[in-house]
Amino acid sequence: MATLVKGADPSTAPDAVVVRGVTKRFPGVVANHDVDITIRRGTVHALIGENGAGKSTLMKILYGVQRADEGSITVNQTDANFSSPTDAIKAGIGMVFQHFMLADNLTVLENVVLGAEGRHGIGDKARAEIRRLSDAYGFNLDPDQLVEQLGVGQRQRVEILKVLYRGAEIIILDEPTAVLVPQEVDALFDNLRGLRESGHTILFISHKLDEVLAIADDITVMRRGTTVGEAKPGTVTKHQLAEMMVGSELPSPETEESTVTTQVLLDVADLTLVDDRGRHLLKDIDLTIHKGEVLGIAGVEGNGQAELVESVMGMRKATGKVTLADRNLAGRDTRERREAGIGFIPEDRHRHGLLLDATLWENRVLGHQTRSPSSKGMLIDQRAARADTDRIIAAFDVRTPSRETHARALSGGNQQKLIVGREMSGDPVLLIAAHPTRGVDVGAQAAIWDHIKTARRNGLAVLLISADLDELIGLSDRITVILRGELVGEFDPRTVTPQQLGAAMTGGRDEQAGEETQ
Amino acid sequence: MNIMKKVGIALVAPVAALLAAMAITSAVIIAVGGPPVDFWRVMLSWPEADEIVNITNQASMLYLSGLAAAIGFRMNLFNIGVEGQYRVASYVGAIVAGTAIGPGLFTAGLAIVAAMVTGAVWAAIPALLKVTRGVSEVISTIMLNAIAGFLVGYLLLNYGQEIGNDRRTTPLEADTTFTGWTPFEPADGAIWTLTILAVLAGAAFWFVINRTRFGFDLRATGMNESAAVASGVNVKRMVVISMALSGAVAGLVWLPELFHESRTASFYSGSQFQTGLGFAGIAVALLGRNQPVGIAFGAVLFAFLSVQAGDLEFEHVDVSKDIVLVAQGVIVLTIVIAYEVVSRWRERLEQRQIQRALQRPGTPEEAVAS
Ligand SMILES: Nc1ncnc2c1ncn2[C@@H]1O[C@H](COP(=O)(O)OP(=O)(O)OP(=O)(O)O)[C@@H](O)[C@H]1O
Ligand SMILES: [Mg+2]
Repeated sequence: MATLVKGADPSTAPDAVVVRGVTKRFPGVVANHDVDITIRRGTVHALIGENGAGKSTLMKILYGVQRADEGSITVNQTDANFSSPTDAIKAGIGMVFQHFMLADNLTVLENVVLGAEGRHGIGDKARAEIRRLSDAYGFNLDPDQLVEQLGVGQRQRVEILKVLYRGAEIIILDEPTAVLVPQEVDALFDNLRGLRESGHTILFISHKLDEVLAIADDITVMRRGTTVGEAKPGTVTKHQLAEMMVGSELPSPETEESTVTTQVLLDVADLTLVDDRGRHLLKDIDLTIHKGEVLGIAGVEGNGQAELVESVMGMRKATGKVTLADRNLAGRDTRERREAGIGFIPEDRHRHGLLLDATLWENRVLGHQTRSPSSKGMLIDQRAARADTDRIIAAFDVRTPSRETHARALSGGNQQKLIVGREMSGDPVLLIAAHPTRGVDVGAQAAIWDHIKTARRNGLAVLLISADLDELIGLSDRITVILRGELVGEFDPRTVTPQQLGAAMTGGRDEQAGEETQ
Repeated sequence: MNIMKKVGIALVAPVAALLAAMAITSAVIIAVGGPPVDFWRVMLSWPEADEIVNITNQASMLYLSGLAAAIGFRMNLFNIGVEGQYRVASYVGAIVAGTAIGPGLFTAGLAIVAAMVTGAVWAAIPALLKVTRGVSEVISTIMLNAIAGFLVGYLLLNYGQEIGNDRRTTPLEADTTFTGWTPFEPADGAIWTLTILAVLAGAAFWFVINRTRFGFDLRATGMNESAAVASGVNVKRMVVISMALSGAVAGLVWLPELFHESRTASFYSGSQFQTGLGFAGIAVALLGRNQPVGIAFGAVLFAFLSVQAGDLEFEHVDVSKDIVLVAQGVIVLTIVIAYEVVSRWRERLEQRQIQRALQRPGTPEEAVAS
C-alpha cells in the first residue's frame, strides 16, 4: 500500500536520477564500486547501509563534490557528471551534508545568501524570502540570528532552507533525522511530504529503519561500497532491512538488572548560566547521578542540553555547585575535570570532537593529553598512543585503512565510533554522552550500548543526552526532562512512554507526566 | 611507494614553483625593459667564497625570524610583529652585552637571555590585548612595530653614545664577541658563531611542536580551536604563551650579527642594525609551510637571492636590485599555488595505483575490506 504515491504520478514520470556502474576510490579504500540506483521523480527515496558503506560518497558524487572514477549518472534524462556543486545546483540538485557546513560567525541570512546572491540580493528581499520559506515549512528561523547561537536542530533547518532557497527540485539529505527528536522528525517528514506533493524528489540517508519505513517510497540498501538490494516499505520489515544491511539481528538498548549504587558520583546544585543579554540558558539545575547509574536527559534540541553539558565540562562558566565524587569542581578548568575522570562525547563531533586533519592516533591523544597512554611527563608518548589507537579500532570496529589515516577520511559513523572509544578509555568515572550513537549503524549502535552497559556495571556514571527516545528509555535508570533551561520533570523509564516524554519535552500538559522535581 | 619516488614527488612542488617564479620575474624584467638573460646569469652564478659566508650568515637570521613567525602561524596567530620584537630585543640585548658586568661568556649569555625576554614581553602585549580585549593581533602587532621603531630611536637619541651623525649603544668588549669560523680565506669573512642559535632553535622548534604535550595543544588549537577547548586546552593561556615564545625566538634574530667579532666594533646603532628581517621571516615561514626543514630551505633561498643581487650592479646588469624583492614575492605566491596543485595531483596518482592493484586477479570485494 505504501508503494503507491500521490502527487505527480511517479509510475509514468521519467526517472529523476539514474546511476549506473559508479566507482570511486580513495587512498587505501574503495568507497563505491558498480553502484546502480534509480530514483523516480516525485518520490522519497531512502538509502541505507552500514557505516562506511559508501552512502555519503555516492551522494557527494551526485552533488558534484567528488567525481566518480567510472560509471554514468543521468539527471532528468541528461548526462550529469557534475564537476562542481554549482553544476548540480543548476541542474536542480541540492544537498544537506551529514556534517553541516555553515559559517558560525555569520547570520542565518548571510549563510543562506552566501553564494546565491543573484537570487534575491542580500538585503530585504532576501530576508523576506527566507521568512516566507521559514514560515511555509515551520522552520522558525530568525534571519538575523548568528548561526553560532543555534543548536544542531536549528542549524539543520538553516541547511535545508539554503537548499530550498536555491530552488532545488531534487533534495539530498544525508542523515537528516540523526539530530532530531521525534516531534521534529514528524515535522520534518510533514515537510518532506509537502515537498513531494509539490513535485520535489527527495533522497535521504538514515540509519533509523522505522523512519525509513514511515516515509520512503523506495529503499536502496548499500553494503561495502555497492548497492546490494532494493525494497518497498510495504513488503519488507525492519528486521529484513537490518539483515540486508549488516547481516545481523536488530539490537535493543534495554538494560538488564539495575546496577545503581547509593554512592553519589555527580552532584550538581543550583547550576545557572546567563547569556550576555541577560537571558537564562540554564536555571537552577539540580541533579545527582550515582555510581553505576545512567541519567537520561530528554528535551528538544536547544533547550539547554548543550549548555548543561558544557557547564559541567567547564567549557562555560556557570554559577552553582558541581561536585564529582565529593570533590568540588568549582574553579577547575576543563583539563582538570577531564583528569578527574570525566569522559565527554560531544553532540557535534566535528566542532568539538575531532582534529579532522590529524591522524587517528593523534585524535586518540586529544582530550587525554596529560594522561597515559597518550603522554609521559611533558612528552607525547607516540608509541603507546598508536598502540592504544589500534585497541580502539579493534574494540569499536572503526573501519579504517590504518591508524595513520586522517580523521577526515573516515565515514561519519566511524568517526563517531572512534570518539566513543576514546572517551571510554582510561576508565572514566563519569561519561557525559551527547547522542553517543548518532550516525552509527544498527550493528555499531548495539556494540556501543554494550560498552556503556559493561562500564556501568563496573560503576560508571553516565549523563546521557539523546534525541533517540528508544535509546534514552532503554539505557537510562532515570529520565529527566529539560525545557527552556530548566529541569521540569522526572520519569521512570520502565513505565514512561515516548508519547509522555514527548509531551513533557514540548511543555505540553499531560496528566500522566511524572511528579515535578522542582 | 618507495623512498626515491616519495622524495621525487615531494620535490615536484618547490621545483615547479621556482621555475614558474623565474618565468614570471623574467616577464617583469622584460616589461620594464631589462635584460632577463643577463639577470639570471648573474643571479644563478655560483657564489664566491665571501658570498657563501654571507649567505650562511643572512640565512641564519632569516631562519630565526621564520621560526618566530611559524610558531604563531601553527596556532593561527598572525604575528606580524617579529619586526618590532627583534628590534626592541636587539637594542636591549646590545645594551646588556655592552655593560661588561662579568666575564665575556657570562655577559653574552645574559644578553641573549635579556633579548629573548624583551622579545617575549613585547610579543606578550598584543597577546594580552587579544585575550582580554579581543584586539586582533594583526592590528596590534603592526602598531607595535611602529612603536618599537620610535621607542628605540628615542632611547638611542637620549642615552646612546654619539658617533658622527649616529647614536649607538656601548660597544661590546672584545671578550664578549666571538670569532666565528673561517671556512675559506680570512679575507672572505667568518661564519658567525651564533648562527648556531638558528640550528638550536630549529631543533627545539621541531621537538616542541612534534613531541611535547605543549606542541600538541598548540597544533590542536591551530587545527580546531573548539575541539581543543573541549579537550581541555586553555586557549587564552596558549595564545599568551605561544606569542611570548614567538617573541623570544624573534629576540634572537639579530644576535648572530651583534656578537660577531668585527674590526670596528659591535654595537646597536641606526646604521648597524639590519631591518626588514622580521617581514622577510613571514614569507620564509610561508615558503617553508611552517615546518623547520622547509623554513631552512626558504631562508637559504631568500638569503641567496639577496646576496646574489649585490652582484648585479658590479656586473653592470641594467636591472634594479629591487627586482629581487619582486622575485621573492613571486616565489611565495607560486609555492603556495604549487603545493595545492601537487597535493591534488598526488591524490589522483594514489587512486590510479589502487585502481591498478584492483585490476590484478581478485575481486574488488577483497580490496574493499578495510
Ligand atoms: N575524503 C576521503 N578520503 C579517503 N577516504 C574516504 C574519504 N571519504 C570517504 N572515505 C572512505 O570511503 C568509505 C565510504 O565512506 P562514506 O562516508 O561514503 O560512508 P557512509 O556510507 O556515508 O558511512 P556512515 O554511515 O558512517 O556515514 C569509507 O571507508 C571512508 O573511510
Ligand atoms: Mg555518511
